This record gives sequence, C-alpha cells and structure tokens, in this order.
Amino acid sequence: MTKLLDIQNLSVKFSGKRNVHAINDVSLAMEQGETLALLGESGSGKSVTLKALLGLLPPKRTRIDGSMRVNGTDVLSLRGKALRKYRGGEVSMVFQEPALALDPVYTVGHQIAESVMRHKGLDKANAMSVALDMLDRVRIPSANRRLHSYPHELSGGMRQRVMIALALACRPRLLLADEPTTALDATVQIQILLLLRELQKEFGMGVIFVTHDIGVAVEISERVAVMYAGQIVEEGTTREIINDARHPYTRGLLAANLHDVARGTRLNAIPGAPPALDSAPGACSFAPRCPIALPACRAVLPPVFAPGPRRRVACLRATEPIAAE
Amino acid sequence: MLSYLIRRLILVLPVAFGVSVICFLLVQIAPGDPLTAIMPIDATAEEQAAMRAAYGLDKPLPIQYAVWIGNLVQGDMGKSIASGRPVATEVFGAVKNSLLLAASAAVIAFPIGVFLGFLAGYFQESWVDRCVTALSITGVSVPNYWLGIVLVIIFSVNLGWLPSMGAGPGGSGAWEWDWLHVRHLVLPAVTLAVVPIGIVSRTVRALSGDILTQDFVQALYAKGMSRVDVLRHVARNAAATALSVMGLQLGYLLGGSILIETVFNWPGSGFLLSNAIFQRDLPLLQGTILVLALFFVAMNLIVDVVQAAIDPRIQRT
Repeated sequence: MTKLLDIQNLSVKFSGKRNVHAINDVSLAMEQGETLALLGESGSGKSVTLKALLGLLPPKRTRIDGSMRVNGTDVLSLRGKALRKYRGGEVSMVFQEPALALDPVYTVGHQIAESVMRHKGLDKANAMSVALDMLDRVRIPSANRRLHSYPHELSGGMRQRVMIALALACRPRLLLADEPTTALDATVQIQILLLLRELQKEFGMGVIFVTHDIGVAVEISERVAVMYAGQIVEEGTTREIINDARHPYTRGLLAANLHDVARGTRLNAIPGAPPALDSAPGACSFAPRCPIALPACRAVLPPVFAPGPRRRVACLRATEPIAAE
Repeated sequence: MLSYLIRRLILVLPVAFGVSVICFLLVQIAPGDPLTAIMPIDATAEEQAAMRAAYGLDKPLPIQYAVWIGNLVQGDMGKSIASGRPVATEVFGAVKNSLLLAASAAVIAFPIGVFLGFLAGYFQESWVDRCVTALSITGVSVPNYWLGIVLVIIFSVNLGWLPSMGAGPGGSGAWEWDWLHVRHLVLPAVTLAVVPIGIVSRTVRALSGDILTQDFVQALYAKGMSRVDVLRHVARNAAATALSVMGLQLGYLLGGSILIETVFNWPGSGFLLSNAIFQRDLPLLQGTILVLALFFVAMNLIVDVVQAAIDPRIQRT
C-alpha cells in the first residue's frame, strides 16, 4: 500500500525584508488512516508544513526544496486544475479560527455545497443535501435550519463543526487540522476533539493534528512528531513519547504540563526563547536552552538516533540513560 | 426584510421634515431682499408692501413655512419670482437634465472605478497598483471645472469634434436620444466622471486588498476553488460597502455638478440654482434645494436597503 504521506528533506525558506528558514530538512511519513500530532511551540514550523502540503505558501517569496508525496502524488509538481482537484479533494484543512476561515457573506450550506459541486460535479440541489448530511454528521442540532445560517449567526464551536463538515465533505484521504481547538472555550475544545476522533474512525482518513498542547496531542493521536525551529526533533508513538521521551525539548514540554503540579510550586517552564531562523541551523537549535548541552551540541548538527522502527530522536545524548529528575 | 423596509421608510419622514425646515430657513438667513430684484428702483413703500403681501412675505416665518409646506404637499411649489413660471416645472425640467448628466457620468465612472480598484487591490504593491493609485489621486485632486475648460479647449476649440455648450443643438433645453444631443453630453459627462472614478477605485482597492488578506481567502484556495471563484467571493464581500460609496457619489454628482453645469452651460439643477441665487429668486431657490436634498435622502434610503439585502451581517429584522 502506498504511504499516505511521504515528506523527504523538506526545506522552506521565505525571502523578503528578512530571510526566514522556516522548515529545515524535515522528513516525515504516515501510513493510511493514521493520526499524527505535530507538536511544537509558535514559530516552530507546524503551520508552514501544513500550508506547504496544500501549496498555499506565497510562490513569489517562498523557496521549497525536497519532496512531498501524498498517496504517491508529487505535491510540488501540481499545477492548475490538478492542484485544485487535490486541494479539498485529496487533502483538506481545518483552520485555527473558524470565525475568519468562513466567508461571512455566504451561508454555511452554500460554502460546503460549493466545494462538493467543484469536486464531485454535483448540481446545487444535490450538493446542498450532501452539505445537510455533513452538518448532521458533525452533530449540529437542527442542521436543516443551520444550513441557511451565516457564519456570524453560529457560536465558535458550531463554526468549527461547520469547518470540519466542509473539510470532510469530499472525503479527503488526509485531513490537516491546524490548531482547530485553540480559539475555542475549554469545554468546547473537548467536544471538538472527541468529534474529530469519532469522525476519523468513521471516515478512516489520516489526520495531521497541529497543536502546541501536549495534552491535546495525547488525547487525539497515535503518533507524535515534535517540531522545534523548523525541524523534527523527536518522533514516535504517543506512548513512547509520554513514557520514554529522549529529547530534552520533549522532556521539557512534558515537564511544563500543568498536571500534577503542587500548589505554590513554580511551574517547570523551559527557559529562553526559540531561535530566530535567519539562517539554516548548523548546530542543534535547542542547545542554547538545553540543560544537558555539551560543547559538541553547539558545533555540529545532532545525529539522528533511531532506537526502533519509526522512532527517532535528533540529539547527541539520546543514547545516554536519562538522569533521574 | 419587509419590516426593515417599512421601519426604514418611516425613518425618512422626520429626516425629510428636517430637510424642509433647513431649506426654508437657509434661504431666509441669506442676505438680500427678493423684491429688490423685481421691483423698479423708484417703487414707493406702499407698492413694496403690496408686493410683499402678494407673495406672503409679510407674515411671520412659521406661517410662511406652513403655507409653503402646505402648498408643497399638494404639488404646488410656488411661482418663480424671476420668470413667473411654476417652480415645479422649472425644477423638474432641470433635475431631469441633471439626472441625465449624473447618470451618464456614473455609467462611465463606476465600472471603470470598480475595475481599476479591483486590479490595484489584486496586484497590490505592484506597478499596476502604483499606476492606478497615481491616476486616481490625480483624478480626485484636479479641479474638475478646470479639467472641463481644458477638455473644451482641446476637443471643441482645437479639434472641433464636440460641442461645448448646452444640452442640444442651438442651446435648446429639450433632450432627445439622438447623436446631435448625445454629443453634447460627452464632454460634461466625462469631466464629471473623473472624481468618482478616483474615489470609487480608491475605495474598491482598499476593500479588495483588505479582503484578500483575510483567512477565508486562503481557506477557499484550500478547498480547491479557482482564482475566479475567489474573486467572486471577494466581490460579494466588497459589494455592500462599494455600493454605498457609489450611491453617495451619485448623490454628489446630481447636486454637486454646479460648476460643471456652469462651465458647459448645461440646463440642469446646478445651473438653475446658481441663476436663482444671483436673481434672489426665493421660491425657486427653496424648491431646487429641497428637491436635491430629498434626492439625497432617497439615495441614502436605497443604499441602506440594498446594503442590508446583500450583507447578511447588517441587521434586517
């Protein structure tokens, strides 16, 4: 079976007033129907990876190297009609802010139907009934009435459900979810997460779930890839990442979690800030903030250590036994 | 929608009342006695008083207003002091001509303005954008009466292609849809169109540029929409604001073409207004201002209703 996703040595560089090396030599693979969490803080290149996958980066200011294949299709070579068929048909995206990602002057039904008409070649009436069915599937109450609502008439959670219905209407093989719960209330976040998990089982598509919240990543995904400064520093199954994190950055993220923190004690934050990506990194990007960095970490790129199949850590000291904390 | 329409219509009544009061009072504040213009210089005090009584000018202002408005609702706007003809005939004839000129200018200006604005907004920061910006700022800044005179010098005097005066051959005021008349329309309409081209293109550029940076545009591309689809979405988003600007521009074109009508001797409301001012023709002045002001009120009403019809975010209930 072809891999759902196969990214090889992807680099994305933005030029302009300031050059930014947003993605640096990222390789990532996914099997059909897998759920992967892409975990990292703001500016680590998570969203850029998703946008690159849909060909949404501004062509004039962006240089993309490497290759991206979705179901065997070379994404970077797609143009014109083939690209439009791929976007929304093969791969679709749920955006972070549903209030901004929906067109305010069209009804939600129209916006879903528009996509269905384009990809499935249905007429308006049939596309609207597909849209209605999708609203039902994302558990929107009285979907029939909501079909003719405008985005501003819906709550944040409802809008995100619409966004999900829109993304799944044409049965994509891969769903990209760009922090889909960040803009929502905490209680609604859980509902949307559960919904995405159920729909993933129902539709069987692969999901890349971008998040900066390790708790969310654990909740939704089978596998986790941790990004830092445009690179994947650690990858493994969710269980491996939680129980046996090898990269000091991943361990820092886990330690910074609010669970099991005694009242009155200081939170375990990672000191420092991520590096500016003016140039491609020549050494470990995390070394300046790393509690266990060696002089060698600041001199060369860390080797990628693979303790098992589909498990890797980009750290010089990954093989050493973890010091008791 | 219907209830919105009715409420909006009811709201027009107090506005129209206010407009009529202001029209009436403004003319009273203006210096000069209307009678001096038509009375012989050696008229006696008794004769002046008799004339004053004949026009009802001896009564207190509220009574004068009540009489004026009472006649007005019956369709009687009084008689012009200068010409003796009914004000209604004079005003509506002139307004019809002005409307023709304004509509022609709008037909030229709005499509060009919208097109240029979209072009500049889509290719923001490119040379296309800079050209459109330069063009529209020039259009707004150049005094249009000066431009009118320049056009007359080029196309009427030097080239002799187009007439420079009046609305028809021989300076006649009667309009007909044939080339002889239409060629009189060309120069004033083009001159009048320059400012709204600038304003509309600036507005549409800002609107479309702003809309194109919004997240939903990227979301549209992400779901496989083509460039044309995206532009349709952008147009629909920009429509409400763009139309309101165009509606107000049409109002300005109608009332604000005094200078252009004077330059081209166009027998419209602006021309009538300036004559009425110089002759201190009070009833005519009041009538013309009132009709123009009410036209503005109507224009605003139409814009509001159309806006509510296209933009769902505007409260309709």
